[in-house]
Amino acid sequence: MNGLSPLRSPVTAFAALLVIAMIAALFLGYAPLSLSDVLLALVGQGDERYVFIVQEIRLPRVLLGAMVGASLGLSGAALQGLLRNPLAEPSVIGISTSAGLGAVIAIYYGLAASSAIIIPAFAIVFAFSAMLVLVWLAGRDASILTLILAGVAISSLAAALTSLAMNLSPNPFSLNDIIMWLLGSLANRSFTEVWLAGPFMLAGWVALYLTRKSLPALSLGEEAAASLGVDLRRLRLLVIFGAALSVGGSVAVSGAIGFVGLVAPHLVRPLVAHDPGRLLVPSALAGALLLVLADIGVRVMPGETELKLGVVTALLGAPFFLWLIIHTRRSMR
Amino acid sequence: MIETQNLSVQLGEHAALWDASISINKGELVGFIGPNGAGKTSLLRAILRLVPVSGGRVLLNGEDITHAKPHAHARSIAYLPQGQSVAWPLMARNLVALGRMPHLNSWTRLGPEDKRAIDEALAAADATDLQGRPVSELSGGERARVLLARALAVKAAFLLVDEPTASLDPYHQLTSMEALKRACDSGTGVGLVVHDLSLANRFCDRLYLLNKGRVVASGTPEDVLSEKNMADVYRVEVRREANGTIRLGEKLPSQQSTQSGEQV
Repeated sequence: MNGLSPLRSPVTAFAALLVIAMIAALFLGYAPLSLSDVLLALVGQGDERYVFIVQEIRLPRVLLGAMVGASLGLSGAALQGLLRNPLAEPSVIGISTSAGLGAVIAIYYGLAASSAIIIPAFAIVFAFSAMLVLVWLAGRDASILTLILAGVAISSLAAALTSLAMNLSPNPFSLNDIIMWLLGSLANRSFTEVWLAGPFMLAGWVALYLTRKSLPALSLGEEAAASLGVDLRRLRLLVIFGAALSVGGSVAVSGAIGFVGLVAPHLVRPLVAHDPGRLLVPSALAGALLLVLADIGVRVMPGETELKLGVVTALLGAPFFLWLIIHTRRSMR
Repeated sequence: MIETQNLSVQLGEHAALWDASISINKGELVGFIGPNGAGKTSLLRAILRLVPVSGGRVLLNGEDITHAKPHAHARSIAYLPQGQSVAWPLMARNLVALGRMPHLNSWTRLGPEDKRAIDEALAAADATDLQGRPVSELSGGERARVLLARALAVKAAFLLVDEPTASLDPYHQLTSMEALKRACDSGTGVGLVVHDLSLANRFCDRLYLLNKGRVVASGTPEDVLSEKNMADVYRVEVRREANGTIRLGEKLPSQQSTQSGEQV
């Protein structure tokens, strides 16, 4: 909707910051490269080793960071709009945990070793299965409360089955693999993962973007929105499909990365006059920026063991979450 | 004209509305009164297609609404539901701008005509001075005016309003009713669910009295707000004074005990 504040500024600002962060991320690493080295390597010129480092190691990692962050930020914003709840995030509807369960099963049965695409494929299939249950419910005109409760149930079941797999783990190596994967990381990712998850994420982004005009009407409640011509069933399906595709794709390649989907929309909301529709694009950019920055943090942190990205986002996200709860409670008074 | 013919609405096992035939003409303020659970809100919801109709039909200017396109239906009939909750602290003007949604598609933005409609709606609801404030900071009365402006901004031929005066003080009750009356005077047909019988009496051109899902009386406020109707439906003494004011009396004994009293 039309705003009293300018529409484009948050989008432009976050996009500019994201580009700067992504370029900065390309410089970082064990091999010290100059600006010209990086730029030449990006277009396939110069030292072959540099081309390999930039194009095969750093670029896919940066791209995946931005794609995963954008998926989480966009899904979080759309889910908060749909559920009219500032505490909603992608794991609320059980997508992240279900995708995680798929990957854990692939690792548990030792299938991961046979091909690089097994873990992502399992994650996406499981995210889809969880989504189908939700779509089945939403297709029957489920209320928002039913959706949240079903999501919580799916999420709990997936978490319980993940714990069961760890409990019954045949050997310490696969248990270690499961735990490491669940911590979430972008290390050692290649363009295989980009091409694998990219189409799912892109489809999800398109579905979520299509909700931008309808979401603001939902601020007035479902009946008023419907009286304004909003097709509630279509809106619910677009958000659930979109979140499942983009977050399923994200978890498939990066493991579980929490809190970005919760934090990004809240950072942006005051900049777009709290409009749930105008929130979507800047929230995606803010999510991408946060994750690229967090990954830079992971890589420059001194120490023998590289911290896992999911650990870092949770360490930053959890205190923010707490602040949010306290702040929300105060403003409710 | 909005017209329902023998309209029935079934909610689960419960018949919320049964065989209701009503009409709302352009430029007319039509009140729907009746005790809680009488079917007033179900009637509005059925006209808006928010609940499935189990029998009868709804006609808009003579045409069945069943297959009307959502946006076209939304442009013809605006709705202001009960309650004042708004999920996010939206700017009041942006909230009112939501009323223009039925006139826009996914790729168009608000044009000069939409902006004019928003300004007019804000003025009509006496909310122009509130447009720059977040709705979370508005008082109940201010919020009611902004939400009314949102419904008026649709510029629909008909406006259905559910209990707009609930939770408002007497001054703001009159302000809201006057805004609806002005909308009628400019040609909008207004259907109003209202509990306050003196407001219904004072502002409505016609009334429908509903009880247990049925329309039990209709006509001018003078006809409908008769002592007999009020005693039968509300089980309270209601007297309509010569100067047109409504005076609420005592509760009446329930019908069963009245009957047994007569038998004795």
